[in-house]
Amino acid sequence: MRRIARLAANPAMIALFASLAIAGCASKKTPNSAADLGLNGAAATPGSAQDFTVNVGDRIFFDTDSSAIRADAQQTLARQAQWLNRYSQYRIVVEGHADERGTREYNLALGARRAAATRDFLASKGVAASRMKTISYGKERPVAVCDNISCWSQNRRAVTTLSGAGS
Amino acid sequence: MKKLLTTLMTIAALAAGAAGALTFPASARVEIDVNKGTIEPLPIAITDFLAGDQLGAEISGIVTADLKRSGLFAPIDKSAFIEKISNPDVAPRFDDWKVINAQALVTGRVSKEADGRVRAEYRLWDTFAGQQLSGEQFFASSNNVRRVGHIIADAIYERLTGEKGYFDTRIVFVDESGPKNARKKRLAIMDQDGANVRYLTDGSAIVLTPRFSPNRQEVTYMSYESGQPRVYLLQIETGQRELVGNFPGMTFAPRFSPDGQKVIMSLLRDDGNSNIFAMDLRSRSTTRLTNSNAIDTSPSYSPDGSQIVFTSDRGGGSGRSQIYVMGADGSNQKRISFGAGVYSTPVWSPRGDLVAFTKQSGGEFQIGVMKPDGSGERILSTGFQQEGPTWAPNGRVLMFFREVPGSGGPKLFSIDLTGRNEQAIPTKDYASDPAWSPLLD
Repeated sequence: MRRIARLAANPAMIALFASLAIAGCASKKTPNSAADLGLNGAAATPGSAQDFTVNVGDRIFFDTDSSAIRADAQQTLARQAQWLNRYSQYRIVVEGHADERGTREYNLALGARRAAATRDFLASKGVAASRMKTISYGKERPVAVCDNISCWSQNRRAVTTLSGAGS
Repeated sequence: MKKLLTTLMTIAALAAGAAGALTFPASARVEIDVNKGTIEPLPIAITDFLAGDQLGAEISGIVTADLKRSGLFAPIDKSAFIEKISNPDVAPRFDDWKVINAQALVTGRVSKEADGRVRAEYRLWDTFAGQQLSGEQFFASSNNVRRVGHIIADAIYERLTGEKGYFDTRIVFVDESGPKNARKKRLAIMDQDGANVRYLTDGSAIVLTPRFSPNRQEVTYMSYESGQPRVYLLQIETGQRELVGNFPGMTFAPRFSPDGQKVIMSLLRDDGNSNIFAMDLRSRSTTRLTNSNAIDTSPSYSPDGSQIVFTSDRGGGSGRSQIYVMGADGSNQKRISFGAGVYSTPVWSPRGDLVAFTKQSGGEFQIGVMKPDGSGERILSTGFQQEGPTWAPNGRVLMFFREVPGSGGPKLFSIDLTGRNEQAIPTKDYASDPAWSPLLD
């Protein structure tokens, strides 16, 4: 339990879970597996970062050039809001991302718009605005790195990361 | 930089020397009209500069490479040369050069001064007119030999084309290394031909979109170093950095005004849209220039500072961006791109006559130019993924970055306005976001 709390406070570790959750074109072998960390999906401790990533779902996807929250994404965000309203000790940072099929500056703006749309949806489900921050990575942080549409659709995303217990 | 400038002075145009004894036609025949639709490269012979060591061949090699890559010159293979230049102060045997069809001839000499500086002098000859076209000498510290080569190449380019050259310039860019999903990005600076690379940031934070100030001493760019992505100013020589403005959200897409007094950039609004602001670097006052419920970004001033071209997706539809022009005060915002596709990254030419852009069309990325009123669109290059044109200071050549499937990362390329002369810019790592400096002086 203590170990999990420590992990939750470490964004790098959360990013690791995120990359494990997406089994895609990205490298599948990482030096630390979930098992190494003494964790696995189904058995995630309720209220833990892993619980959020695996059982709730930490990310949603967008259509090309769009920041509209799709129906499937609305379900994920509703679960996120429910979880965040229950575990109110967490603050979050919503990361907005774009695929590589746009120019760099425009995609920074597009990622920001996706992050804002995600934040606003969570707010509409009762998550306090004071707990949420947004950041755009544009197309600079792809999770999937192939050169075709199967990867681009995974990269058009907003990822809700837990930034540790609120002060 | 200052020190460099004082050591690199043009002393004087050399007298016509021995060639002065000959009789010449009133005007030289050898010249290149860069405004013609198709350009036949000018055959030119560039001899090794006389020197006691390999410096002579090194300088002529730099001059040769610069002129060749411009696409306007066809340097002749040295093995075809008949006359061996033994005294560059004496007129060459023009017949020996005419017979190998060298329309222009470059001779020169490099020597070391007593104080350790390098002295380089060149003469440019019109072989068919039997006339010296120009001759100059330059002094440089011994670690600036490459610069002397570029300066001589610029002088030859200008004498034969009537246009300013662009070889004595530098490129600031983003050096990219490591795997694509964990890419390390560093600001770097190099000569326009890829030599003398120097890193300006250490790669610990993502850095993007560097752009030169008009005096070339500073770069404005975007960095994630504080967590929130923001626009910064970097002094190239000292490495000193400062935040530009104190805005609540992300700032991005910075560019200097032509007088260097302002930085123009996008600011993210709380609702997720982005608008364009200008900040006066001295008074620190900021002016909002656009206020649309859209993404307004990639602003670029006209060279006279009176107008700004930018990207916006305010037209709606499927959220597709187009190119707009407005007055420098934000007045008269109007769309200029109407072709079939998505347009972005407009950059005003330093000559003022064209706007370069990235266009996405038919699943490909294109680099093109149009007039500032939107007419006369021409596509210069098409590829799988390429973007971000930057102008050479003479407005004749664009540099951009391109990634091809399977390549793993982007590389830099240049293309001239004919669209026919494309050149790869050699870089050790992947490279993106090139920005061309003004001419050094």
